[in-house]
Amino acid sequence: MNASLDLVLQHPGIWRGDQLAQTDEYTLPTGFAELDEQLPGGGWARGALTEILLEREGIGELRLLLPALARVSTQSTWQAWVSPPHIPYAPALSTAGINLKQLLVAQPQTPADAWWTAEQALRSGACSAVLAWLSTPDEKRMRRLQLGAETGKAWGVLFRSASAAQERSTAALRLRLEATANGLAVHILKRRGGQVSKPVLVDLQQTNGVRRARPSAPALSVVPSLRAVVRN
Amino acid sequence: MFWLAIHFPALPLEIYSRGGAAPEPLAVIEKQGNRSRVKVCNEAASERGVRAGMPGAAAQTLVTNLVVRVRDLAAEQESLEGLASWAGGFTPAVSLQPPEGLLIEIGSCLRLHRGFKNLIAQMSSGLNEMGYSASLACAPTPHAAWLLALAGKEVAIRDPAKLEKFLGALSVRWLSQPQDTLDSLEMLGAHTLGDCLRFPRAGMARRFGQGLLDEVDRTLGRLPESPEFFVPPPSFQRRLELPSLVHEAEALLFASRRLLLELEGYLNLRQAGVHEFELVCHHEDVPDTVVKVGFAQPTRAFDRMLLLLRETLGRTRLAAPVHTIRLQSSLIQTIELSNLDLFQDSAETGDANLLLERLRIRLGKEAVFSIAPATDHRPELAWRPCDAGDAIKSPGKLQRPLWLLPVPRPCQRDRLELQSGPERIESGWWDGMDVARDYYVAQGRNGSRLWVFRDHSSGGWFVHGLFA
Repeated sequence: MNASLDLVLQHPGIWRGDQLAQTDEYTLPTGFAELDEQLPGGGWARGALTEILLEREGIGELRLLLPALARVSTQSTWQAWVSPPHIPYAPALSTAGINLKQLLVAQPQTPADAWWTAEQALRSGACSAVLAWLSTPDEKRMRRLQLGAETGKAWGVLFRSASAAQERSTAALRLRLEATANGLAVHILKRRGGQVSKPVLVDLQQTNGVRRARPSAPALSVVPSLRAVVRN
Repeated sequence: MFWLAIHFPALPLEIYSRGGAAPEPLAVIEKQGNRSRVKVCNEAASERGVRAGMPGAAAQTLVTNLVVRVRDLAAEQESLEGLASWAGGFTPAVSLQPPEGLLIEIGSCLRLHRGFKNLIAQMSSGLNEMGYSASLACAPTPHAAWLLALAGKEVAIRDPAKLEKFLGALSVRWLSQPQDTLDSLEMLGAHTLGDCLRFPRAGMARRFGQGLLDEVDRTLGRLPESPEFFVPPPSFQRRLELPSLVHEAEALLFASRRLLLELEGYLNLRQAGVHEFELVCHHEDVPDTVVKVGFAQPTRAFDRMLLLLRETLGRTRLAAPVHTIRLQSSLIQTIELSNLDLFQDSAETGDANLLLERLRIRLGKEAVFSIAPATDHRPELAWRPCDAGDAIKSPGKLQRPLWLLPVPRPCQRDRLELQSGPERIESGWWDGMDVARDYYVAQGRNGSRLWVFRDHSSGGWFVHGLFA
């Protein structure tokens, strides 16, 4: 192959369609080997946004992040939770190995303030991870967050509803989560590198937070909708 | 010893003018009996013919829109002390030379400030930023430096041997002697310090007293002189009268910046930092507006103080126009220099505090917090919000959800598939918030995992958390 073409291909920002992108940013191992294999750089990307799309809450979306969150909480930087929809429960987080000293919760009053807070936290360079639950996203706001994450070298995680899957997004990584019998099926909607057709199955039983009494049969009796339950 | 003297020729004027950027014709008058004379005026006034020494009424006739202020000696003294505090940031050896000067021993701090030129450049630009004009002169004795600065001769004499040659040519009218003495010296033909030295000492002493000879000797270093050094007050408080009424909070930044520079110098002198400072805005009729700026850790970094003040002012509504501002802080804490190096200047935690401070300004102090486990069996009381970064570790072994709902939501038992439990929690009968519940982990639709309980008193089922 042409030598100069070789040089071009060594650039971290360029990858061939059948490869994962090389990345010179730090990545954070997710703690799940099967997922690491499918992510560029072998983990959650710092300096970029990760979007996590959910059908419903409470299926293990936080447990998926826990190993990485516990790891970054040993550093002397903040881990910011912006506008969490419920109370992040300190006893459980502490049991899961998260150093609560580094955890910063921000509860802005308005959506505009929430976007501002997420951007500032990402941009500041003082946060290793920023988890945000934001409403009314638009392209401009998303781009600002992505830029902020690049500037501050932070791992930005944005939780959104699964209905956003069809929208365009500036996030470097987009995952859609689906509950399975003993964990999650992670659909990689977008990553730097080629497409993945098969979802990655992640076993959450080994992680902290919940121990199952027995392998559960498909749920027959169900709550109509958690959202409905929560919002009542 | 190497002394720097700073003379502020326009101090009576600048205490009024430095709060604003646009120069209006301004004159400061001094009352003598029932007559008033112009003490000093600014450029805009002197261009139109106002001169020092002219009667106040005459000046007002010359310039119709002339702003006339009466000289305020107390405010000048306060300004001078503020300047001494600021100069204390360079070296603690600062002495007041009232009413309008400072004497600073700089020989011992030249190396710290990377040489003489650098130090003088830093000081000049600092004075300029605070809105003061000054003449600076250096000499081996404090009084020689002062006389040179007073005469407006901006020179630096390092060599004591050259002192006599330079000072000899200086006019006698700069000496700190009574006007009568100076007049008679002129009549005798002693126009310069050199002339005084040529006269017989005994005769001079008989005619003018020992004071004159002593002053000349002190100037030339023949008599020792050690000025008393300025001791900073325990708390910081400086006021600044604005040249015109200010309506927008953000427009206060210009004047506040000047006071912040003084605060920075004051903190450097005290080797201290502030936890919080207040900008008090005085209005004509309504109560003062107090703008508070707080820091996660004591700081004396000017940029940081200015940044947070700017953001706070950006969110402040003024009740009425402001005529005077006052910057004050009593929450002053000593910071060790090693602390500064470790935390304030290091990129990581320095930024961490800055982020926290900025979020608190915009979102309010309560909206930004850390969380900690608390020792209570009742799930809703087993955690508490705490000051950011204050959480303590207390590892638990119990199975708890990552999300807790602020208020438990009722649900229907027949739609839950219980997976583990019960865990009975009965507690709180003593404070009226008693609970008696059986908690279970339950499976919801599509894999949602819930933390539910059955309430003993009502028999109802509730969702209390999500195993997210």
